[in-house]
Amino acid sequence: MSKLQWLILSGFIFLIFACSKSEQIAGFIGFQQPATFPAPAYNLANNPVTKEGFELGRKLFYESRLSRNNTISCGFCHLQTSAFTHHGHDVSHGIDDRLGSRNSPPIMNLAWNTTFMWDGGVFDMDLQPIAPITNFVEMDETMENVLNKLRNTPPYPAMFKKAFGSDEITTAHMMKALSQFMLMLVSDQSKYDSVTRKQGVSFTTEEEQGYELYQQKCSSCHKEPLFTDHSFRNNGIGVGPNNDKGRYAITLNPDDKYKFKVPGLRNLAYTAPYMHDGRFYTLQAVLNHYTSEVQDGATLDPLLKQNGRLGIALTTNEQQKLLAFLNTLNDRNFITDKRFSEESQ
Amino acid sequence: MKNIIAIILIIICFSSCSKDVVTPSGDTSIKSTLSIQFDNIAGDKNVQLNTGSYTNVVGEVFNISLLQYFISNIKVKNAAGVEYTVPQDSSYFLVSEADAASQFVKVRVPEGEYSSVSFVLGVDSLRCTMDISKRTGVLDPSAGMDDGMYWGWNSGYIFFKMEGTSNVAPVDPSGQNKFRYHIGGFGGYNAPTLNNIKTITVDLTAGGVAKVRTGRESNIHLMVDILKMFNGSTNISIATNPTVMFSDFSVNIANNYVNMFHHDHTEN
Repeated sequence: MSKLQWLILSGFIFLIFACSKSEQIAGFIGFQQPATFPAPAYNLANNPVTKEGFELGRKLFYESRLSRNNTISCGFCHLQTSAFTHHGHDVSHGIDDRLGSRNSPPIMNLAWNTTFMWDGGVFDMDLQPIAPITNFVEMDETMENVLNKLRNTPPYPAMFKKAFGSDEITTAHMMKALSQFMLMLVSDQSKYDSVTRKQGVSFTTEEEQGYELYQQKCSSCHKEPLFTDHSFRNNGIGVGPNNDKGRYAITLNPDDKYKFKVPGLRNLAYTAPYMHDGRFYTLQAVLNHYTSEVQDGATLDPLLKQNGRLGIALTTNEQQKLLAFLNTLNDRNFITDKRFSEESQ
Repeated sequence: MKNIIAIILIIICFSSCSKDVVTPSGDTSIKSTLSIQFDNIAGDKNVQLNTGSYTNVVGEVFNISLLQYFISNIKVKNAAGVEYTVPQDSSYFLVSEADAASQFVKVRVPEGEYSSVSFVLGVDSLRCTMDISKRTGVLDPSAGMDDGMYWGWNSGYIFFKMEGTSNVAPVDPSGQNKFRYHIGGFGGYNAPTLNNIKTITVDLTAGGVAKVRTGRESNIHLMVDILKMFNGSTNISIATNPTVMFSDFSVNIANNYVNMFHHDHTEN
């Protein structure tokens, strides 16, 4: 990078920060549709994001009273610094040190999700939090108890009143508030985004070549700009020790055995480990899997078995380029945005 | 004082007489309460939680610790075939053996004589996919659902839940010989899955039509024979299938329990 490029880049970074600062001063800006993203899957008209609803949702997200013994909040397994995953944990770690069976997924760009969870068992964001709250190994609490605790804990009644016009704390209002917070967790400030929006930033040669490789070899499942097509696929990582059949548990369709949701590729630098059970600790391990470790099976995705060859052909050099491109999908702004942090409340 | 007693006696007399003369006005604009009683039995025994002992079709002895199910989408029909559908928002009930009041499902229907009643055992697919704000009352995941009648991990209601113990059930991780039947499945939201929603229609002609009129509460007394859950096109063995939840096998249980309901009599 030349001196001039650096200057321009830092100028832009300054501008972005300056902009976000002035936005904060200007007041709350609700859900904003990124120009390059498709229309959200969530019905925003049904639950418009307001400042009060968002702030209540944020408080609930970091509220450990959502768990049986008041120790585990949503933020416990979904840390902002890790793009709202549980960094370093292969499977989620919940109440009383109980372990789950799947890797805690990142909470980002959920407004575009058509289903939730690795198996897509939840079809509406407003219903999603019930699952971890009532799960024995996660928060192990009942919804009834949660609402009763909130009713008896100031300033919740006042916050519900400000957000929804009534201090009556209902399941629906609690879920709508949590959704408002989660809807706001939009990650669209990566270098890739700046490049595609033609904001004066360009890929390096290596990144550009990596982008081309991605388009040829990865994009049919990890579709731009969210880097997932929201489908369920068996990527040939092989049956884990707990024989988790993934999507099959939801549909009972044998064709869905061992299929899991295609995850997005944004913020990979912060979300290790990877896969539904967190079995790969590095991106290199993931690439090694796709190039030489794909296991055949009845439901293996056909894209991973073309012309009788298992996996995706990638030379070491190509893998380096791909990794360089994947690095452009990291959004530092997202993981440092003060609006989303526990401390900001 | 004597006069007062006389007046009271006269009033009592009139009001007791009136029992025989009031007939449904036929004015369908006037709505009155109809009660449908779900009286859980096991063959020729009344269901008594924990203490009662019952024998199923394959000869397995068991008792019941928990029994609850959703009743929804109630409709009544008169002899002329005119049907009335209770407004959906007022038509969801959770019947629980542990809660006597819950066994009387009360709805408002136009005055009239009804010879048939139908309801859904479970929750219709439309409501199963509705916005959280439409899930109030017994459908609220935070209320009235003791011991969980909702699957958070696979968004949907458990329509029918029966748990108990039997010596033939294998010892589970909690150290008990427990059987658990949690039956649900509304057909799936974005992929077709099993559908255990059952509509049950009960003819009231033989046992007595329901006469719904102002000032009186007609009660349709249904017997719900839990043993019938075990027999039908597929007999259910606790030893073979001690735990049935969201699985293809659950369809067999739902196909059996659709025949549990029998009209015993109507109190008018």
